[in-house]
Amino acid sequence: MSEDLLRVEDLTTYFETLRGYVKAAEDVSFTLKGGHALGLAGESGCGKTTTALSILRLLPPNGKIMKGKVIFEGKDILKLRDEDFRKKVRWKKISMIFQGAMNALHPTMTVGDQIAEAIMLHEQVEKEEALERAAKLLDLVGVGAERVDRYPHELSGGMKQRAVIAMSLACNPKLVIADEPTTALDVIVQAQVMRVIKELQKKLNLSMIIISHDLSLIAETTSEVAIMYAGKIVEMSTTRNVFKEPLHPYTEKLISAFPSVIGEKKELSTIHGFPPDLINPPPGCRFHPRCPYAMEKCRKEIPPLFEAERGHYVACHLVGGKQ
Amino acid sequence: MMQEIDKLEYLEKKAGIKIDKDAHIIAINLRKYFPIKMGFIQSLLAKQAVYVRAVDKVSFYIKRGEIFGLVGESGSGKTTTGRMLIKLIEPTSGRIFFNGLNITHFTPSQMRRLRGKMQIIFQDPYESLNPRMSVYDILAEPLEILELTKSAEETTERIIHVLEDMDLVPPEEFLIRFPHELSGGQRQRVAIARAFIVNPEFIVADEPVSMLDASIRTEVIELMLEMVKKANSTFLFITHDIALARYLCSRLAVMYLGKIVETAPTEELIKSPAHPYTEALIQAVPVPDPDARRVKVVIKGEIPSPINPPPGCRFHPRCPYAKEKCKKEEPPLVEIGKDRYVACFYPLK
Repeated sequence: MSEDLLRVEDLTTYFETLRGYVKAAEDVSFTLKGGHALGLAGESGCGKTTTALSILRLLPPNGKIMKGKVIFEGKDILKLRDEDFRKKVRWKKISMIFQGAMNALHPTMTVGDQIAEAIMLHEQVEKEEALERAAKLLDLVGVGAERVDRYPHELSGGMKQRAVIAMSLACNPKLVIADEPTTALDVIVQAQVMRVIKELQKKLNLSMIIISHDLSLIAETTSEVAIMYAGKIVEMSTTRNVFKEPLHPYTEKLISAFPSVIGEKKELSTIHGFPPDLINPPPGCRFHPRCPYAMEKCRKEIPPLFEAERGHYVACHLVGGKQ
Repeated sequence: MMQEIDKLEYLEKKAGIKIDKDAHIIAINLRKYFPIKMGFIQSLLAKQAVYVRAVDKVSFYIKRGEIFGLVGESGSGKTTTGRMLIKLIEPTSGRIFFNGLNITHFTPSQMRRLRGKMQIIFQDPYESLNPRMSVYDILAEPLEILELTKSAEETTERIIHVLEDMDLVPPEEFLIRFPHELSGGQRQRVAIARAFIVNPEFIVADEPVSMLDASIRTEVIELMLEMVKKANSTFLFITHDIALARYLCSRLAVMYLGKIVETAPTEELIKSPAHPYTEALIQAVPVPDPDARRVKVVIKGEIPSPINPPPGCRFHPRCPYAKEKCKKEEPPLVEIGKDRYVACFYPLK
């Protein structure tokens, strides 16, 4: 069970713009074991969605995968022909819950039809059977099979988001990538939807990548986490390690920038400045202009991601090990 | 009418809450019903006019220099309440006092004289700044309209000063920039600077940092708080994020479906919520700690429509503790401690 389902190696994705290449994701490497949930966390523009879209080969026309491998079930799926990828991998093996998808549901199609459409596109089944499966999926996510012939406007936000989750499960994928699955929802509904996601993960033994800017959400829902900053993974380990003993200054600061409703009130930490422009990222460590501990070396050399402690990876010159 | 504030006791009786003598802003039984537009046929068929009851009989006060938080989910009426306090929205009924002055029925021209004293910061800096105005123009506009400066030099001086206060340095570089040349964090700082440049007494901040990333959020909050302290302004913080409200506010009011369900000093409210909804809200908020195994009773359902709110207690269909009485009678806001009120027949505390 705990074999590597997905291994991403040195994935580098650039976007071509008039001003030059936006280095959106660089040398991103991580592995995901079957049945595990990995969090991909960071702020807007850090490359988390780019990484997901690269894995699913859904980049916009100006996006290019410059190098790297995406090894899924032992095969590099970046090498597959487009046609094969579409037929054999996308949605059948790896599916995605897109950010804001609940508002992108087709307004004049019932949710059942929309899910059935996804099933029929990928599998040779009759409409009747597809609709039956759609109803079962809606039951599974807590929308209820009876709502199969409802239109999106008849459903509340939380219900729509669940329908989108059902759609991602249409073809029994092994891996689901959830991009900010609860961002547009209110806290209580967010808690309901996250509970559904967690239960599904257990019930179906799903592997998941959960992408979020909200570290609190990541802390509660994932077993491993990779923190990204300005297109690079800066730290990666079990969620517990990263939250309890963060090694990278960025991770440490970011975690304590999140307020909590439990425990005593603590100061919220600040990180001065702004994330860099990824067309001309700073040389050396991309975090050095904002890092309170930056040294000469940080301005010149790019810190590699290395295993500082067992199973705990970090890209920072401050943390010993290789030196 | 002007002396109505002297009749604090009378107002207290009307609202059913105690009001601090040093209250800067007082809202008494505020209501806002938005009529629903109907077609001709529909209006003939409807037995009565249909309203969205956005805010339904809300009473509270804010002390001078206090940071007060209004917390609730979308559709709870927190934004409408905030906008009514500065009369951007006319209340359907109820009373608003500003500095002891009943401003409920002030005309726009009467309000204009007060505008320099009350300001608002909007949520989305991408929408609240005019894309065709430079930062200089954006910040000069309130000074010119309110005639607060006598010369162009004085205007420039004040603008540079406020830009420095918001850590937009060097200010000269920002003066000529347009909103599209600024990052989200910088834009929101300009929006905050625009509110503070007139030295307002009262500021309504409607989700001022919810569009910002965590790493830049804290800095913006700190700069904002410094400005509040410096100007000794009274500050209303409207947010959906109860965890963040905890860090800023001295007192909180939790709204649900157009009503205040609980109000209390912040720490008391967070540590021992009295209303089941407050408890649910606090338990639903994720915390940045993977070890925090909390008892999580996630309540069912979503906030119902404010057009036909449930009878009795508006929270009863979702309340895990609801009893027969809750379905029939509407619980009034009752005092359960110093500065603590809860609208529940069976409070948890």
